[in-house]
Amino acid sequence: MDFQLDDDQRALKAGVRELLTARFGHEGLRAAVDNGPALDRTLWRELGEAGFFALRLPESDGGVGLGLPEAVLAFEEAGRVLLPGPLVATHLAAGTVDGAATGETVVAAVDGELVEWLAEADVVRGDAAGAEPLRSVDPLTPLHRVPASTEPDPAAVLRTSLLPSLFTAAEQLGTAARVCELAVQHARTREQFGQPIGAFQAVKHLCAQMLVRVEVARAAVYAAAVTADPLDVAAARLLADEAAVRGARDCLQVHGGMGFTWEADVHLYLKRAWVRTQRTGGATQSEDALADDLLAGTAQ
Amino acid sequence: MDLAYTEEEEDFRARLREWLAKVLPSLPPKPSPDDWPGRRAYDLGWQRTLYEAGYAGLHWPVDAGGRGATPTQHLIYLEETEKAGAPYVGANFVGLLHAGPTIASEGTPEQRARWLPPVLRGEEVWCQGFSEPDAGSDLAALRTRARRDGDDYVVSGSKIWTSHAEVADWCELLVRTDPAAPKHRGISWLAMPMDAPGITVRPLRTLAGSTEFAEVFLDEVRVPVANRVGAENDGWRVTMVTLSYERGTAFVGEVVACRRVLGELAREARGNGRWDDDALRRRLGRLNAEFRALWRLTQWNVSESQRTGGVPGVGGSVFKLRYSHARQELYDAAAEVLGPEALDLGREWTLDRLSSLSYTIAAGTSQIQSNIVAERILGLPKGR
Ligand SMILES: Cc1cc2nc3c(=O)[nH]c(=O)nc-3n(C[C@H](O)[C@H](O)[C@H](O)COP(=O)(O)OP(=O)(O)OC[C@H]3O[C@@H](n4cnc5c(N)ncnc54)[C@H](O)[C@@H]3O)c2cc1C
Repeated sequence: MDFQLDDDQRALKAGVRELLTARFGHEGLRAAVDNGPALDRTLWRELGEAGFFALRLPESDGGVGLGLPEAVLAFEEAGRVLLPGPLVATHLAAGTVDGAATGETVVAAVDGELVEWLAEADVVRGDAAGAEPLRSVDPLTPLHRVPASTEPDPAAVLRTSLLPSLFTAAEQLGTAARVCELAVQHARTREQFGQPIGAFQAVKHLCAQMLVRVEVARAAVYAAAVTADPLDVAAARLLADEAAVRGARDCLQVHGGMGFTWEADVHLYLKRAWVRTQRTGGATQSEDALADDLLAGTAQ
Repeated sequence: MDLAYTEEEEDFRARLREWLAKVLPSLPPKPSPDDWPGRRAYDLGWQRTLYEAGYAGLHWPVDAGGRGATPTQHLIYLEETEKAGAPYVGANFVGLLHAGPTIASEGTPEQRARWLPPVLRGEEVWCQGFSEPDAGSDLAALRTRARRDGDDYVVSGSKIWTSHAEVADWCELLVRTDPAAPKHRGISWLAMPMDAPGITVRPLRTLAGSTEFAEVFLDEVRVPVANRVGAENDGWRVTMVTLSYERGTAFVGEVVACRRVLGELAREARGNGRWDDDALRRRLGRLNAEFRALWRLTQWNVSESQRTGGVPGVGGSVFKLRYSHARQELYDAAAEVLGPEALDLGREWTLDRLSSLSYTIAAGTSQIQSNIVAERILGLPKGR
């Protein structure tokens, strides 16, 4: 057993981070907010060229030939910078939908009663008939609502949502780690009562709890990437959703009044984290599956 | 990233399983919680059994009498012994997980030869005399005084919360050898024989009703200078070595046990109808995620220490913070499953719920662990 990133995985993670911070750093993020929910097609194609969508396609099909752990690391980095767009749907369409792998084709997918990026997509998977736009809480994720279909079979949902839910968990992990960093940076520099606010225990302990949630979620998400086991994914999703949403809220608290402004980035992390919690495989479904597992006795 | 065990590791697991299946049925019955001489005999007996089979001090270095097993093998050992229902480390805890590793890394060859083999062979029990009435979280404020007199230290003061003190042969004792020095720099680490004249042990009853720990009064107790491990006044650094071991792998078996309890809770809830309560069922589902993740974090930390080959790091604080809280949540959920029976001390889970309350206090409170995480990992400044 060697449950640590290997050298190639470290290099991949660092490479993706470098690309994304260069192409979609703080300025990129703010520009995207100011420009409204339009997808940056150039960036999308660059992602395609870098192999983001074709990461798991075999090399014989023009892909990168890597596995789930590597894809999870890439999605974690995307979550760190709040990269917009239907990343999960397009990644999953690579190899099936023409042009998805290269970033030429943007693919959206109906997920339960919601579709992200419907109007911007070239191809929509699932039945989007009757979709109505929502005024999305997240300025960087346009949302449509589709009429509820008949109650889906929970077991089937868990199976088909395995990869989307795992990649969502990875994005949440990246967001959770980033908001922890932002909170710590602010706590180190902002002074009140003649000292950095990070010297106050109330603030210190908020930050410590953020890190604990990140590290527990990280272990769960990476393990799920290695095993691809539906229950490991369910556990990873629960912990990563929690780490991202609670982390973003605590980060907002640490930022004080600044945290409540449009100008600070904090709200963007929280809103995206909220959007992701609504994707299939979220809290209720995962909790139900993990509860049933206890009776099935595979918990050992 | 790899969660698969190597052939060698699986081989180790298979042999251990086979041995456990053979030896466990012939164990004597468990003594009652308040029968301390009985508990001592039982725990030492198990240690002797491990020693004879070559499993004692598995992860200790070979030159300390251990087997030099890898962290992963040690993990497998802890997992398998727990799954098989083998006895806990019990009264051997301090010897095997605190004092022993400290002597192994900081002691002289004579000290190692004197103290380590009896721990491994299940002959001697150690206790930990660190905390004092006025020095708990602020351990370095300890005042128990050791005055040099010829080849002895003469020790006076008092210790508190000393687990297993009643049945211990030795105490790893922190004393102040230089009252004039800054508080972290005047402390020394001594091995004190518990039968020395001047020691009075007064058992303390815990909220669970049993006597798990004691007060230890020291009145002019003579401890040979040769029993000091590490340099005089260097005891704080020596202690930090000990504490990092305590937070390293101390809870591995317990995480495995918690996962088993969770399954038992689900079956109990199905039996008494509470499984139909959506909120309770989902709470158990969430706890399943929690303990699965804590197991993965354990594997992560073990793999990390396997790579660095070193002493467990501050990552243990992250684990302890989350685990101690999760354990309390588990037994609160158990109480909800039990309903009125949660008030019955005849139910094992009721007692376990009571003992879980100590987890956020013992071995460094959650507040202190949070300070450690914030200051040493996140680099936040110390307050004034
Ligand atoms: C079951 C059990 C077994 C034990 N076994 C042993 C043993 O064998 N040997 C041994 O030496 N000790 C042992 N201990 C003692 C244990 O290490 C101490 O209880 C612990 O370190 C806390 O110290 P204290 O009890 O003096 O509490 P205090 O330090 O008085 O703490 C009281 C409260 O104040 C908070 N607090 C204190 N300082 C700070 C701070 N700087 N910032 C924020 N909050 C703070 C604490 O978190 C806590 O909530 C044991 C304790 C228990 C419960």
